[in-house]
Amino acid sequence: MSKSSPWAWFWIGLGVLYFFVPLFATLEFSLKAQKGFYSLTAYQVALTDPGFVRTFTFSLTMAAATVLVGFLLIVPTAYWVQLRLPRLRPIVELLTLLPFVVPGIVLAFGLIKLYGHPPFSFTESELSTNGLLISGYVVLALPYMYRAVDTGLRAIDVRTLTEAAQSLGASWPTILFRIIFPNLRVALLSGTFLTFAIVIGEFTLATFLNRPAFGPYMNLVGDKTYIPEALAIITFALTWASMGLIQFFSRGTPGQGPLAGTR
Amino acid sequence: MAFLEINDVQKQFAQTTAVDTFNLQVERGEFVSFLGPSGCGKTTTLRMIAGFELPTSGRIVINGNDVTHKPPNQRNVGMVFQSYALFPNMTVADNIGFGLKVAKKPAAEIKQRVEEMLKLIHLSALGNRYPYQLSGGQQQRIALARALAIKPQVLLLDEPLSALDAKIRVSLRNEIRAIQRQLGITTIYVTHDQEEALSLSDRIVVMSEGRIEQIGTPFEIYNFPLTPFVASFVGTLNVLSATVTNAGSGLLQIEGQPIRAARPIESARDGETVSIALRPEIISMNGASAGEANRLQGKVEDVSFLGSIVRIRVRFENDFIHLDTFNNPHLSLPQIGQPITVTFPREAVLVLSRAASAA
Repeated sequence: MSKSSPWAWFWIGLGVLYFFVPLFATLEFSLKAQKGFYSLTAYQVALTDPGFVRTFTFSLTMAAATVLVGFLLIVPTAYWVQLRLPRLRPIVELLTLLPFVVPGIVLAFGLIKLYGHPPFSFTESELSTNGLLISGYVVLALPYMYRAVDTGLRAIDVRTLTEAAQSLGASWPTILFRIIFPNLRVALLSGTFLTFAIVIGEFTLATFLNRPAFGPYMNLVGDKTYIPEALAIITFALTWASMGLIQFFSRGTPGQGPLAGTR
Repeated sequence: MAFLEINDVQKQFAQTTAVDTFNLQVERGEFVSFLGPSGCGKTTTLRMIAGFELPTSGRIVINGNDVTHKPPNQRNVGMVFQSYALFPNMTVADNIGFGLKVAKKPAAEIKQRVEEMLKLIHLSALGNRYPYQLSGGQQQRIALARALAIKPQVLLLDEPLSALDAKIRVSLRNEIRAIQRQLGITTIYVTHDQEEALSLSDRIVVMSEGRIEQIGTPFEIYNFPLTPFVASFVGTLNVLSATVTNAGSGLLQIEGQPIRAARPIESARDGETVSIALRPEIISMNGASAGEANRLQGKVEDVSFLGSIVRIRVRFENDFIHLDTFNNPHLSLPQIGQPITVTFPREAVLVLSRAASAA
């Protein structure tokens, strides 16, 4: 067993301080709403504010819809690329990285410019504007969702499992929904939680499409003291809980051990 | 009309011909193995029968129905893969019942059939396990049960034992053959392992570079190979160059030493060079073979101890042969460099129909 270098511990310590000192400072400040002692007043105010509940619920709904639409679009695409069009993989990967290159504001203006006027006019009703917002969120979540799904697909022998199912009489929808989707459970969960984390805090698209989302709400309460810090800690806690859930579901899931059908 | 007919099937991938003019008739209940080295086209042919590859030309007919262009899920052909391909998200019972569920069979019928299949493969107690909780041998038996559960017209096995260790391979091999005989199912078995093919099959199709080299029973393939490739690929074989001295009388010369074949040589004329094949186990040392045996004189070049047999390499001037003798601790082995006379019967001389370039 190799001896740990003191420098390794130094850099780890520095990293921990870099990440945790601001977080601890924010937490500590958020607990100081009452003078002279620590309290959860800021959290109480934040969580009981009707605006918080409304915007958070709205963003959660949007996130759920984004996950659903995203996976219905991405899983069959990634599956087909892996199975039949492996040569297209670099092109598809490049396309999925575009949201990193195109700023959110450009995406927002692009969507409004193209779909906010006839013949589409999607911004004329709340429902269709929500649809536009979900489409934008799918694009923003694309790099994370695609990578999660692609990694999951690479972990199973997609081709052989598909052929085994075909030889047993299964049609394409059966293969997709009874073999592929269930075997991507961990990958889908990872993609889901990452998408939730992105959508919950998203600001630009929701603001420009004028939707009551959690991101703009956090910005609105930004001029108050203690409450934004409490909201920041709540958001952190939600993100970490999501990551914890990914870890939890990754362990001991039936069929997700050493996979049969893999070499 | 045969139960499975493969007529003039050809498969090309871009400029490469993977399978060339493949013709085969398989009778109902027959066990046929495709044997050959990697890249010989055996798996591609199997995949065309399964429907995973479309032939470039030719026809595949199962039980009188042309299935050449039918998708794989409409062929009722069971397939067992080298990598098992069990569905990781399903229990053993669900895996076996998958094909029946897809066919919308009643739940009671599925349950009964799954139990039947589990009993057939002697794994009745493992129905609730997941594939990752099973050994490789168990997984492959489940894969076999899953393929058989749908009562397929033809069972296809693509190197099903390659990923298993030697002992399990032998026991599972025997089990596959027993089940196949019990159910009488028409079976195509792809392997590169000659021992597997010889021990399992009613007939063997030996393939090389996309072409059929020979079709025959294991006995025919082993004892009467028609080409140098079959001779060299199946079993250990000595392939030697010989000059025909009298084709009508079956007379030849190996490096100036005369030998005689049991039958007249039809594939060559006097003075031509042919390839002859000799199995190592039929050659004896120092005149052990009596009567009208052929004799060749050489020197012992190497002695290899292989457990139950000892393999001796005898060098002539330019060529050499291997001969096998049973290991007997009470007999002394020849020494390296020692002159030796090897003998073999005339019937053992196989004059191959093609030149020795492939040997």
